[in-house]
Amino acid sequence: MKISCPICGDRDIREFTCMGHASMLNRPDPHAGAKVWNEYLHNRENPAGVIDELWWHGQGCGAWLVVTRNTVTHEILGARLARDVKKEMRDAG
Amino acid sequence: MVKLIAKSAAEGLLPVEVAGVRVEEIVAPLASLSPFQGQDAALGKALKKAHGVVLPKAGQITQAGEVSCHWFGLNHVMLMGAAPDASLAKVAAVTDQSDAWCRVRMTGEAARDVLARLTPIDLRDAALPVGATARTDIQHMSGALTRVGEDVWEVMVFRSVARTLVHDLTTSLETVAGIAEMRSA
Repeated sequence: MKISCPICGDRDIREFTCMGHASMLNRPDPHAGAKVWNEYLHNRENPAGVIDELWWHGQGCGAWLVVTRNTVTHEILGARLARDVKKEMRDAG
Repeated sequence: MVKLIAKSAAEGLLPVEVAGVRVEEIVAPLASLSPFQGQDAALGKALKKAHGVVLPKAGQITQAGEVSCHWFGLNHVMLMGAAPDASLAKVAAVTDQSDAWCRVRMTGEAARDVLARLTPIDLRDAALPVGATARTDIQHMSGALTRVGEDVWEVMVFRSVARTLVHDLTTSLETVAGIAEMRSA
């Protein structure tokens, strides 16, 4: 299995570590309250199909990525730099 | 007072030569440079002015005489062969890494086959031509691999695993040499 790092190109899966669902990028306000924080920390969608996840290219360039993959077919559908995704989220408000 | 003895990372371990492939240690100043936010172009300018090298693009190295600059990750390059000029610290985080890494140079026709046993990346000409570098996995160790010449490769790992690197390179060298010997017999 290979992930196409936007910096390094196609790299073997062993260079990457999965760091959880990409919803971790959507960090709530510190004062958002227990309910919102509970939702952010503990509740995840667990789809049979396409999912966005954070992966860390720790054994490579060190970049954090948002990898889109299919949990049914194991297909890797794309990878983007997490900082770019986060910037878009910020710009979109 | 305690008297400390300065030792290079692979002191007493290298050089090693097996079947025409030579592995030797490179001892030279090493500094990591990480440009402050939005200061990439400024770092490029300062590097060129102070050391004569261009800021390398991702996966590339640049050279000017004894000094070279290796891409080393996201927003991260390594200056090698010279102590970093003070001007660089104005636009980038500069850290002396001279004693933190073990650098070895491997020369010989079979060097590529030796490395292919240790790393998952594509080492063919199309993927890793001369002047290309990659941060990758070297037998489970986090390292850097650079093609500095047709049959000349540079390998870097943390100093703490220098002995393991030399062991793995030597074992791989002996295996590759053994296979060649068997085939020719």
